[in-house]
Amino acid sequence: MSYVNPPTPPRKSATFDDATLAEIRRAAATGIYDIRGGGTKRKVPNFDDLLFLGASMSRYPLEGYREKCETNVVLGTRYAKKPIKLKIPITIAGMSFGALSAPAKEALGRGATLAGTSTTTGDGGMTDGERAHSQILVYQYLPSRYGMNLRDLRRADAIEVVIGQGAKPGGGGMLLGQKISDRVAEMRTLPKGIDQRSACRHPDWTGPDDLEIKITELREITDWEKPIYVKVGGARPYYDTALAVKSGADVIVIDGMQGGTAATQDVFIEHVGLPTLACIRPAVQALQELGMHRKVQLVISGGIRSGADVAKALALGADAVSIGTAALVALGDNDPRWEEEYQKLGTTAGAYDDWHEGKDPAGITTQEPELAARLDPVSGGRRLANYLAVMTLEAQTIARACGKSHLHNLEPEDICALTLEAAAMTQVPLAGTNWFPGKGTF
Amino acid sequence: MPTFDLSISSLRELNGALHRVEEGSNDIHFDIVNPRGHHAVAVGVSTHLTISINGSVGYYCAGMNDGADIVIHGSVGPGVAENMMSGTVVVEGDASQYAGATAHGGLLVIRGNASSRCGISMKGIDIVVQGNIGHMSAFMGQAGNLVVLGNAGDALGDSIYEARLFVRGRVESLGSDCIEKEMRAEHHEIIADLLRRAGISNVDTAEFRRYGSARKLYNFHVDNADAY
Repeated sequence: MSYVNPPTPPRKSATFDDATLAEIRRAAATGIYDIRGGGTKRKVPNFDDLLFLGASMSRYPLEGYREKCETNVVLGTRYAKKPIKLKIPITIAGMSFGALSAPAKEALGRGATLAGTSTTTGDGGMTDGERAHSQILVYQYLPSRYGMNLRDLRRADAIEVVIGQGAKPGGGGMLLGQKISDRVAEMRTLPKGIDQRSACRHPDWTGPDDLEIKITELREITDWEKPIYVKVGGARPYYDTALAVKSGADVIVIDGMQGGTAATQDVFIEHVGLPTLACIRPAVQALQELGMHRKVQLVISGGIRSGADVAKALALGADAVSIGTAALVALGDNDPRWEEEYQKLGTTAGAYDDWHEGKDPAGITTQEPELAARLDPVSGGRRLANYLAVMTLEAQTIARACGKSHLHNLEPEDICALTLEAAAMTQVPLAGTNWFPGKGTF
Repeated sequence: MPTFDLSISSLRELNGALHRVEEGSNDIHFDIVNPRGHHAVAVGVSTHLTISINGSVGYYCAGMNDGADIVIHGSVGPGVAENMMSGTVVVEGDASQYAGATAHGGLLVIRGNASSRCGISMKGIDIVVQGNIGHMSAFMGQAGNLVVLGNAGDALGDSIYEARLFVRGRVESLGSDCIEKEMRAEHHEIIADLLRRAGISNVDTAEFRRYGSARKLYNFHVDNADAY
């Protein structure tokens, strides 16, 4: 009697899941790695793994809408003669003209200005439009130095020396030929239509000792007026922060792996760098050990979405946060109103990430004039300002519930962790305990 | 002629004074003595000054220069005339790494040798080196001319865009996507003009060879993966 294997329901592999199989087939067919925009799509420990405790017997709350909860922040108090004064602790991260359309850059400037905060240039230089529409503009000093010039350096409000970004710590910029229009090519001194791969290292300095000299040069050029930020991707936040302080930075920006990019390899986005949540406490610890917490300001970015995220980052010790992807969504990126066109591109609203191809139906990550015209910079700016206002109100709501009259008064004692991973990364107790991994007693 | 003695005056006083001079001012000649290896000497000058630096300096001398004529009677550290926009910088001695890095315009003349990465990411500057240049020079060079009267080190012009490289002596090796190209009449004119502006005579332009981009890496192709 022969054995008959009874039929079983089909079972797919957890290791070789649909996405993995599709990527293997895509790689075999094309011979090139996947390039895309955005930040990591995998789930990593994040701010959702933290909760605020709120007021109780030993903490009394502030009255919502009645008692003041301040939100202002000053960046660049260490050396700059003219520090940056922001109404809210939420800034707009660096995104280039080239990666984004001119109307999108204008909308970011308008929205940030309405909200009383700063926006930031990107790899490609400063446009007159974004300068005109941004009350406070941070000028990025990048390895490529595309469009870098003395005039723009002096008309900036702050300078951000970019060493890395969270989506690709150790990687340079990428802008593929489809987006190198005449204007973009001229700003970057490049032939039109080429694939622009900008450098991953600065051309004229290596290491923190050189950086100290470079920062001195930038200060001398700008007569010590402007705050100088140092931006790093989330990699070694404790040492990077300490070295940035040593190098003379006024402000340190740490961008975790949820932070977006205009384009890079998917393998880079998903497999290099630290989650944003894991970056904050080591950075704060370094600042505290050096006696520089609140003297050198810490800005955290990478996947910030809501006022709760803002409040949590500040409670862990950051002075401000920065948003990029969320700001683009506020402008209309991945909006379901363009679903029909997303479908034609083989994707769907919420999943569109081929920003490097320049075919963005929402008209944001494109240099095609017809697509770019879809974004009205005035209404886009209004939407961004609304979103920033909501984030601020949300953060204030939480801070008042914790009895805090300023967002900066939030502290680690106001939060607990929902997971062991989050407790270990943030060194706040696991919910319902007074323990976190690494602490001696349970 | 204002004179700054950097053994007495601070760097801030010097650069601040250079920045305060307005276009059309009569006091446009500055003399700097005892630079003693200071970094960031005469940076960010945006008026048509003539500046004489009597001695050797450290990093980033004449950085971001935009219009001044600066002569260094000595040698320079890394990044001389980095990101220069316009003007002239002449180094009577040798130059360390990254000379003329990312510079958009102006003329940089180095009477001695220049170290590695000379003209890295150059974006329109003209550079004349009377001696030799080190390895990885003109890496990712985008625009401008690099004229070398001596020899060039390894990987010249690696990943070069549209910068033009002219070398009279030996080239140790060429970098990715950099090839030797034909010397046409216009290139002899470019070299002759730059030699004249650099104050160099009795050099025959026929002795130079030209190098530039093969333009094979401008757009990604999987068959070129070995070159990336």
